[in-house]
Amino acid sequence: MKTYLYILVMAATTYLIRVLPLTLIRKPIRSVFLRSFLFYVPYVTLSVMTFPAIMNATQSPIAGAAAMVIGIIAAWCGLGLLPVSLICCASVIALEFFIV
Amino acid sequence: MPKRHFLRGLRDGFPIGLGYFAVSFGLGISCRAANLTAFQGFLLSFLNNASAGEYGGITIIASDSGFLIMAAMMLVVNARYMLMSCALSQHLSPDTPLIFRLIIGYDLTDELFGIAISQPGYLNVWYYIGAMCAAMPCWSAGTVIGVLLGNLMPVWAVSGFSVMLFGMFIAIIVPMGKRDRVVLGCITVSFLLGWLASVLPVLRELSEGTRILILTIVISAAAAVLFPQKEETIEGEAVEEEVRGV
Repeated sequence: MKTYLYILVMAATTYLIRVLPLTLIRKPIRSVFLRSFLFYVPYVTLSVMTFPAIMNATQSPIAGAAAMVIGIIAAWCGLGLLPVSLICCASVIALEFFIV
Repeated sequence: MPKRHFLRGLRDGFPIGLGYFAVSFGLGISCRAANLTAFQGFLLSFLNNASAGEYGGITIIASDSGFLIMAAMMLVVNARYMLMSCALSQHLSPDTPLIFRLIIGYDLTDELFGIAISQPGYLNVWYYIGAMCAAMPCWSAGTVIGVLLGNLMPVWAVSGFSVMLFGMFIAIIVPMGKRDRVVLGCITVSFLLGWLASVLPVLRELSEGTRILILTIVISAAAAVLFPQKEETIEGEAVEEEVRGV
C-alpha cells in the first residue's frame, strides 16, 4: 500500500513540475543563479546516480565499472542513447562470463 | 489538418519509443530488485515517464525514506523539466487551449522535448500528441516486461540489462561534457563525491536517494555560483531566440 502512495507522490510532484510552467509562467526565468542551477542539475544528478551505483547493479563491481568506462568512450565517440546502452549491456555480459 | 500532424508525430515518436523500450526494460529490473510488482511498475512508468526520476524514486521506495524526501527528490531530479516546460511554453501558440497544455505536460521528456523544439515555428499540438502515442506505450510496456521477465532471466542477463539505464545516463551526460568544460568538471566531481559519500562514515549511513538529492543540490549550486552560465548557452534562452527569429 505504501508503495502506491509513494508512486502517487512521485507522479503528482513530477506532473506539477512539468505542467505548471507550461500553463502559468509566460516569461522566462531571469535569475542567473536559478537558470545556471537548472542548467547543471540534469548532468550532476545523472552522474551521481550512475557512479558508484553501476558497480552494485552487476554481480561483479569490476564489470560494472568497466562497462561505465566503455560507455563513456562510446558516448565520447558520438554514439547515441540506444547504442551506448547496448554496448554497456554487452560489456557486462562478456566480462562477467570471464570474471564470475 | 490534425490527422496529418498526428501521423507525422507518430512516425517521429516511433524510434524514440524503441529506445524507451530497451531502457525501461532495465528500469523494470530495478523495480523488481526493489520488490515492486509488475502492476506497480506499470503505474510507475505510466504516471511518471521519467528515467532518472523513476530510478531515483525506486531507490527511495526501496529504502522507505519517506514521502517528503520523495517529493524533494522529484523536485530536484526532475527540475530540468521545469526549464524545458518554460522553454516549450514559448514554442506554443498563445491561443493554445489549456487542455492541450495539460496533455503535453504529461509526457514532457528529454527526447520528446528535443523533437518538439526542432519543429519550425509554433509547435503543432497534434504532432506532439502523435509522438506521445508512439513513445508512452513503449515506455510502460518495457517496464512491465522488465519486471516480469526479470524473474525468468538468467543472472548474467539481469546483470547486463540492469546497466542499460546507466548506459543511457552516460549517453546523455558525456556529449554535453565534451562540449562544455564546466559540465565535464561537474561530472568528474559528481563521480568522485558520489563515491566518497558512499564510503565515508555518517554520509554512508544515509539512504542512496537522500545522498543523490544532497549531492545534486550541493554540486549544482556550487557550479552555478562559481560558473554562472551565460544567457545564450541556456536552453530556454536559445529557444526564445529561435522563436523570435521565426
